[in-house]
Amino acid sequence: MISNFLSPELGHFTLALACCLAGAQFILPLLGNQKNDFHLMNLAAPLAWGHFFSLMIAFVCLIIAALNDDFSVQNILQNSATDKPLLYKITGIWGNHEGSILLWSFILSFFGILFSSFSHRLSFSLRTKIIAILGGCATGFEIFCLITSNPFLRIWPAPMEGQGMNPLLQDPGLAFHPPILYTGYVGFSVPFAFAVAGLMEKNIDSAWGCWLRPWVILAWIFLTAGITIGSWWSYYVLGWGGYWFWDPVENAALIPWLTGTALLHSTLIVEKREALKTWTVFLSIITFSLALCGTFLVRSGILNSVHAFASDPTRGIFILVLLIIICGGALVLFAWQAPLLPFTALFAPFSREGSIILNNILFCSLATIIFVGTLYPSVLQMINGQTISVGKPFFDKTFVPPALITIFFMAFAPWLAFKKTSLKKLIQPLSFMGIITLVIIIISFIYLHRFLPALATGLAFWVIMGALTDFSSKLSLFKTSFKNNFHRMKNLSLSFYATYIAHIGVAVILLGIIGMAYSQQKIVEVPIGTTLHLAGYEWTLEAVQNHKGPNYLATEAILKINYHHKTICWMFPARHFFPRQQQVITNVAIHTNLIADLYAVLGDSKNINDTSPTYILKLHYNPLAPWIWIGGFIMILGGFLTLIDLYNHKIIKQNSKQNMEQPL
Amino acid sequence: MNSLTRRRLLWGLPLGITVLAGGGFAKMLSSLRKGKFDPHKIDLPNLNKTIPNFTLEAVSSPYKNFNSSILKQQTKPVLINFFASWCLPCISEMPILKQLASQLSIWGIAYKDKINMIDLFLKHHGNPYQFLGQDNQGNIGIDWGISGIPENFLIIPGGIIRWHYAKPLDYTAISSLLSLVR
Repeated sequence: MISNFLSPELGHFTLALACCLAGAQFILPLLGNQKNDFHLMNLAAPLAWGHFFSLMIAFVCLIIAALNDDFSVQNILQNSATDKPLLYKITGIWGNHEGSILLWSFILSFFGILFSSFSHRLSFSLRTKIIAILGGCATGFEIFCLITSNPFLRIWPAPMEGQGMNPLLQDPGLAFHPPILYTGYVGFSVPFAFAVAGLMEKNIDSAWGCWLRPWVILAWIFLTAGITIGSWWSYYVLGWGGYWFWDPVENAALIPWLTGTALLHSTLIVEKREALKTWTVFLSIITFSLALCGTFLVRSGILNSVHAFASDPTRGIFILVLLIIICGGALVLFAWQAPLLPFTALFAPFSREGSIILNNILFCSLATIIFVGTLYPSVLQMINGQTISVGKPFFDKTFVPPALITIFFMAFAPWLAFKKTSLKKLIQPLSFMGIITLVIIIISFIYLHRFLPALATGLAFWVIMGALTDFSSKLSLFKTSFKNNFHRMKNLSLSFYATYIAHIGVAVILLGIIGMAYSQQKIVEVPIGTTLHLAGYEWTLEAVQNHKGPNYLATEAILKINYHHKTICWMFPARHFFPRQQQVITNVAIHTNLIADLYAVLGDSKNINDTSPTYILKLHYNPLAPWIWIGGFIMILGGFLTLIDLYNHKIIKQNSKQNMEQPL
Repeated sequence: MNSLTRRRLLWGLPLGITVLAGGGFAKMLSSLRKGKFDPHKIDLPNLNKTIPNFTLEAVSSPYKNFNSSILKQQTKPVLINFFASWCLPCISEMPILKQLASQLSIWGIAYKDKINMIDLFLKHHGNPYQFLGQDNQGNIGIDWGISGIPENFLIIPGGIIRWHYAKPLDYTAISSLLSLVR
């Protein structure tokens, strides 16, 4: 009954309504600001709520159409089928172009209401402008959705059965990674709106930086989580045994992550010292622009990628126009207004400010390297018709050295004080750490036989030691009584822990990457009953059996893993055949003890009807592989702690209403 | 020019770059629509041209090595097959290659592989190759313009690349190949 009411037509209507409300959210408050009309400006938040609710109804309508298997809706017809499991009927909505644009708009509207709910104490005109700009971005995307990628279009006569989803997407990892990643991308629309509104106000001060920071961190958390989960997905679904492929879509997410990380650090300086203002505004604009640019490149079909969305040049032109309006508009404003911003505070090169400038230079160089590497083949083909491919060797050579330099500075940059630091104080702990690091490098070189992994291992420990050294000096460890140590530990600001936890997360990822460089693998074709040896484990193919899943036929191998003649686990790598799509998907089996992964893939089989069929098995031993994702989540934890810290400080500030002094 | 204008021009640089990039993307999209620009295309600049000069490293005693001058002197067409023991699609291609070996001489180039692995691979899956060499560094593969493994090239007498297939061979590819040979 209610599902009859929530029809695709209602969805279509509410989507159009949301678009109108977003337009009003954009125009009316700005008009009010122009005319000094308080009532018009006050409309911003209610319009944002209305916009959000209409999109929510539209989204629910699409979900209900998918649950009801309404194949008269073209989008459902092309991406769903009656026998698809329930969870994937819902998550399948954002597994295609039209639905993902609707989700994108929905998240954007959600950020609109989130911002309006948490910004009551921000200056009224700045707040109104930010909500209006978020509305402006949303209007563009909703027009795009309505004109070129409408998920509610009907088809008549309606067929009895849908065409089904790409089986690769039928996986929990992929079900939740796009919304998280989109939340990260879209989250950077708030810093973008802050930048544009700040330029319009011609007033960028420490309050602006203070209010901006939590939004940057929130977006950064989601982007980090999205990339981490995406990398994990490619590790266990694609069955290639790798975690990062320098695929254009991965790069499209990594580029805004890098500039976003630079932004995360530079906002700190705006907040504490009112310096680097113009640069921070620029980074805010460019991070969101790069996030949009990545989406554009993937959806238009310009980049050649494994993430093949039904790409369409017409849509590409629409997104390009949208991109030019949003980024170009912001950059025009930037060129015009930024020179009017007052000059900023001065600081010595060897200071926290200086270290963050270095951080920003390094992160932006890394982003530029990936940008060039990703687009170079397309540009070259455009100019002289030559086809080349840029892949791992290029990125290994160009990305790794600056990344290692970044990690080198990361260990002690947070030690530096604002304005000016004396080098003398640092020399003793740094030389102590340096000696230990050298010893670690030498020891790991003996074990690893290669220089670069040994150097990277040393750097990972260098970062961890950097955190511990600062921690012990903050506690005055070994210098005062134990009680005093404990007291100091309790009084340390949460943001202090957050910084080091995030930095240790990077070190853990680095160790995981080094471990993966030493993975061992074997590809064999064997009959049932064979025992194979890899990395000290005995892998026995015990049996192979067939069974039927909800919408696939499975062939599953049963592997017994022995270590020193003791069975430690059973593994079940499988191949799923999806008859509707005529597609085979490998189901990787992974056994982990958090130190290493055992990873098995079942390949083709031969002589099935024969008496002794043989099976292709691909076995990997991946040392430290889980650390890559554990490190990602440690970084996210660091982000969360900063967010909590900022929130607590806001409350304290509000209660005591006095100075801006915040412990670091 | 006063200092404000100068700074505005400087601060406008990102805008200029964005507009330039936007123009480039627009051109890409318009040629994408006209079909002049296809990022998924794998083209081979060497097609219908003479093979590049190369010398291969030998594998081991039962396998006969070859180089570009031997290949150019042939009077019958030869199929050059790039493969590797670490490549799963190469295994699936092997039965087809063995069937084809009776009608066409097939020469193999083992790409970025180890001698003992190549030997094991060919003992296990059978050896369709008359001649076999290895491209240890992958440089010869670059000269030929391969984009992955396996890849097949038909060389007609005189050392000219007549046909190219950048996927594991299948029966439709074989029939078009054999029609060329005849």
